[in-house]
Amino acid sequence: MWLEDIESNMNNTKIVQASLKKRYAKERRFKAYGIFSISLSLLFLSFLLFDITHKAMPAFTQTYLKLDIDFSYKNLKLKEGSRYSEKELFSASYRQLTSKSLYEIFPEVTNRKDKKVLRNFVSSGAQYNLRDLVIENPSLIGTKKSIWVLADDDIDSFAKGLIDRNLPESERRIKDNQLVWIDTLEADNRIEKRLNIGFLTQGDSREPEQAGIWGAIKGSFFTMLITLILSFPIGVAAAVYLEEFAPKNNWFVDLIEVNINNLAAVPSVVFGILGLAVYINLFGLPRSAPLVGGLVLFLMTLPTIIIATRAAIKSVPPSIREAALGVGASKMQMISHHVLPLAMPGILTGSIIGMAQALGESAPLLMIGMVAFVADIPQGFMDPSTVLPVQIFIWSDSPERAFIALTSAAIVVLLIFLFLMNLLAIILRKKFETRW
Amino acid sequence: MSDLNLFSVLILSALIVFFLSQKKAKNWQTSAGSERVHSLPVYYGYFGSIWTVIPALFVFAFWSFFSTNVISTMVVGQFVELQALDKSSLSLALNEIYLMSDASIVPSLSDNTIKAQAANLFMQYSQYSAIFKSITVLAIAALGFILTYWRITPTTKARNSVENIVVYALLSCAVIAILTTAGIIFSVLLESIEFFKTIPVSDFLFGTHWSPQIALREDQAGSSGAFGAVPLFWGTIFISLIAIIIAGPLGLISAIYLSEYASKRVRSIVKPVLEILAGVPTVVYGFFAALTIGPLVRDFGYWLREMGVNLDIQILANLTVSTESALAAGLVMGMMIVPFILSLSDDVIAAVPDSMRDGSTAMGATKSETVWKVIIPAALPGIVGGFLLAISRAIGETMIVLMAAGVASNLTANPMNSVTTVTTQIVTLLTGDQEFDSVKTLAAFALGLGLFITTLVLNIIALHVVRRYREQYE
Amino acid sequence: MRKGTDVELLQNLGDTVGKPLIDGDSRMSCSKVDVFYNNNNQAIFDISVDLGKNEILAMIGPSGCGKSTLLRCLNRMNDTIEGCKVEGEITLDGIDVYSKNIDPVLLRSNVGMVFQKPNPFPKSIYDNVAYGPRLHGLARNGAELDDLVEESLIKSGLWKETKDRLNKPGTGLSGGQQQRLCIARTIAVKPEVILMDEPTSALDPIATATIEELMYELKSSYTIAVVTHSMQQAARISDRTAYFHLGRLVEVNETNKVFTNPEHELTENYITGRFG
Ligand SMILES: Nc1ncnc2c1ncn2[C@@H]1O[C@H](COP(=O)(O)OP(=O)(O)OP(=O)(O)O)[C@@H](O)[C@H]1O
Ligand SMILES: [Mg+2]
Repeated sequence: MWLEDIESNMNNTKIVQASLKKRYAKERRFKAYGIFSISLSLLFLSFLLFDITHKAMPAFTQTYLKLDIDFSYKNLKLKEGSRYSEKELFSASYRQLTSKSLYEIFPEVTNRKDKKVLRNFVSSGAQYNLRDLVIENPSLIGTKKSIWVLADDDIDSFAKGLIDRNLPESERRIKDNQLVWIDTLEADNRIEKRLNIGFLTQGDSREPEQAGIWGAIKGSFFTMLITLILSFPIGVAAAVYLEEFAPKNNWFVDLIEVNINNLAAVPSVVFGILGLAVYINLFGLPRSAPLVGGLVLFLMTLPTIIIATRAAIKSVPPSIREAALGVGASKMQMISHHVLPLAMPGILTGSIIGMAQALGESAPLLMIGMVAFVADIPQGFMDPSTVLPVQIFIWSDSPERAFIALTSAAIVVLLIFLFLMNLLAIILRKKFETRW
Repeated sequence: MSDLNLFSVLILSALIVFFLSQKKAKNWQTSAGSERVHSLPVYYGYFGSIWTVIPALFVFAFWSFFSTNVISTMVVGQFVELQALDKSSLSLALNEIYLMSDASIVPSLSDNTIKAQAANLFMQYSQYSAIFKSITVLAIAALGFILTYWRITPTTKARNSVENIVVYALLSCAVIAILTTAGIIFSVLLESIEFFKTIPVSDFLFGTHWSPQIALREDQAGSSGAFGAVPLFWGTIFISLIAIIIAGPLGLISAIYLSEYASKRVRSIVKPVLEILAGVPTVVYGFFAALTIGPLVRDFGYWLREMGVNLDIQILANLTVSTESALAAGLVMGMMIVPFILSLSDDVIAAVPDSMRDGSTAMGATKSETVWKVIIPAALPGIVGGFLLAISRAIGETMIVLMAAGVASNLTANPMNSVTTVTTQIVTLLTGDQEFDSVKTLAAFALGLGLFITTLVLNIIALHVVRRYREQYE
Repeated sequence: MRKGTDVELLQNLGDTVGKPLIDGDSRMSCSKVDVFYNNNNQAIFDISVDLGKNEILAMIGPSGCGKSTLLRCLNRMNDTIEGCKVEGEITLDGIDVYSKNIDPVLLRSNVGMVFQKPNPFPKSIYDNVAYGPRLHGLARNGAELDDLVEESLIKSGLWKETKDRLNKPGTGLSGGQQQRLCIARTIAVKPEVILMDEPTSALDPIATATIEELMYELKSSYTIAVVTHSMQQAARISDRTAYFHLGRLVEVNETNKVFTNPEHELTENYITGRFG
């Protein structure tokens, strides 16, 4: 019997059996390591996503103050009674409107220093909102009206509970007298949190409460457009050449291949150096322009698209090529009528993934000047602009506390874009998946 | 004629020639009894328009590209004052001249400075250039049209000819890869040579003191010792090492678990989820490292120091701790690389044929024994190749170190301390509006050269190893 | 002269199935074995067959009839296939190999397997043969291991060719040598039963002849089950032959009987080449 028979010199059952306990312990240990490794990565991912969404939450709302604004001629520094041209309205004085209203609410504040602090409860951008309001509706002039205006970022942080009132005064950005005023305003129902629409519609600003990502999104859009219209056709063309026409065992073709494979792994900063030296210094293209950003990212994305396209072309079975050639198609016709359409899902998937990488890329763009502060929304390929990831980098460097939330919110937006792109790639792959 | 108009005219003529040539070919077909037509009419169309427009377009592009430079040289040739300027101030002056000559800011004629005169001359020359350009381009297009349209016959191998041209067009797209590499080498090499004229190579490679800011002051430019890159090399290696020590085992073991142990279901969920990690932009990792992991690491450092004081362990008690630390950057970079190593190792492990697994299992090996004694040794070259690629990636990673490792150059082995890396310095030196020729900027190019060569060597070795491995099992 | 479809013929298998057809001890025995792959896709139906001590059982049948499946059940190699389910009883020396307290590792050290395509590990010849003994700790020291390796290589007839290149990779050998190396590797663990799945189908006739000779020699110490597509091979080397069809065992009997006077029509069709 194989389980008992130890006499037989042919049989090693006993020895094997003796070793089993230790071997299985090892097996279990190894399996545990595996589960541990995977859980750790998953945990890290969840922590990352949770931490960033959590930090982003405050950026989606904004604090507003209700102030009774007196649009009197005096306050606006306008001549009384006449009809005003838009230019006059534009250059009228709106700075003191909010301050005056605040002083009215707190008549006890007389000290100059305190008055300044009180004045700064309102965001410096509020005056422009009031200006726009008046220009749009000049009949406001001479009336008094309750208007919700944007609060300063410190007030905003406090209203969102990001500043602990129990800390000693010296460690708080909101001082004791400010606390009292805020409580008063709150008691008067003059403080309200609203959805932060400006975040999605405005450009960058030094003031956190006025900063938005629309400029960066448009910059990213222009940049990506350049990248796409260059890298997709050129990448596909290069891949078609290498897969279908390139002579085998030709040193030049080998050189191209080595180059492509290597470029796919060259650090992105190096592409930034290339962009700076060649596009900006040699060709004299403007700094900070989406055109240059797109040109840099084009070179970076090209190898990815070429490699993906080659794989997709390779996976088209020879039988289809032979069938096409068999009915008398030329090689070019075979490729354009049969091979490319069949490879297209794979090509698109690869290109989307390449574009997603480009969308998240920031290092090379820092070096071609897209890191400059740009408040205006870019309108074209030559306008100075930044892109979403670089905007994230810029904000993450800002000292104001409120920028942490803005940065995180921008990251959330960027991740949503990337997620959608990847989803599209997955859907494409699933939908057109063919098994030959 | 403006560029846009000229371009439109060319495109329009391409269309017209296309239909003309096609029509000509169709007529041959319908006129019965004539000899067989070689290609479909549409190919004659392409043939005609290609030869009409492509040469013209080339001339157009070349002319547009070089005209500014040529005209500038001509203008500068007219003014002794401009010739006297040195390189950088000349380029500044030229920029001003371009701006002034731009129609929107016409200089008042009374403005009689050299620059205004030059701008006027520039404007004049530009107008001449534009006229000649239009004439030349259109003439070439006409010539092309005449030479092709009148000479196509039913025996013209239009299709072959068109297809040949397309093949060359495809080839030129592929050549962009070479041009890119050439461009990279050109841009880093030229400036690096310039840099090494001021700073000896040995000082750069072996110097242990890095403080490029000093060199900003004119009198100290290139003062010795400020450009010793050893601290940067060390910082780069240190952080990459931390990253690889974390990502290597984690990625490899996860890959083994997923490919050998996990059920199909678990695999089909976990793999894509971990691939999300690979798709997260590095700036996000940088932010996370700087704002979340950095402070955690710092607090841990404080705790260690306290322990050191309490337990009287000298090394710990004297620990330097900072918010920006090699450890924080390395940790996060490691997590970023995990999916990279995971997917490379997974490919490599999947390439080991099942017959190896069966053979080992049939001998009575447990799964982990099969993994360690057969699969890993068989896959080793591929795994090593993957690790090399990962290292190359860690070395080239920029945003994480830029945001979380700091810019202070410290030659330290203390992971709690801040270090700086090659990539960080490249970015810090090249962002902002410094003059292009300062030693500081040149230093960035020298660093770029080093980075490019290092990663190039790593990549080539890695790709070679991986390819040899693949071929072994194909 | 076929009288009905295969399926109809399979209906009346009658008592040919599972007859203990050999005198003396049986080493392994299957009774009423059913095997299912994913989605209850049944590959083996109710098979009962014995493997006698020191005999070679040849398993023949058309492609896809379940020979490999049954063979892989015998040392539980099917455990590695997700979704594969085995029912019925398979015993080795009377002990149910699928019972809870039987360890597949232990079982496989007793029931070795040789595959269709030679699959030496990418290691040296020595390490290939020493693989099993090292795993199971069969040698107490290096000298013992050397002896064991030498003994196995001698038994598999590979010693002469390889004794000077033991440190060279096993993958550098010729196909036939590789297959003998795999056999050496298997017998180094000293199993009782050796399962061979078309061991010569990837080899040329000369290498095949060598392996066949080797099997014949090994018979004296081992029980061997061999799947083969070559009826000549089955006739040459086996003591008994089992014929499978569409997952069922049609007939098992002494080899010369099966080939000269098959009991079942399906068997006859197959060996006379009228199948399919
Ligand atoms: N891993 C598997 N998963 C699902 N079905 C399988 C699997 N392996 C085999 N089968 C199915 O089981 C049946 C028997 O297959 P098996 O490999 O045992 O046939 P075979 O007799 O060895 O054939 P051949 O002579 O071609 O090797 C076949 O129908 C096959 O499709
Ligand atoms: Mg089989």
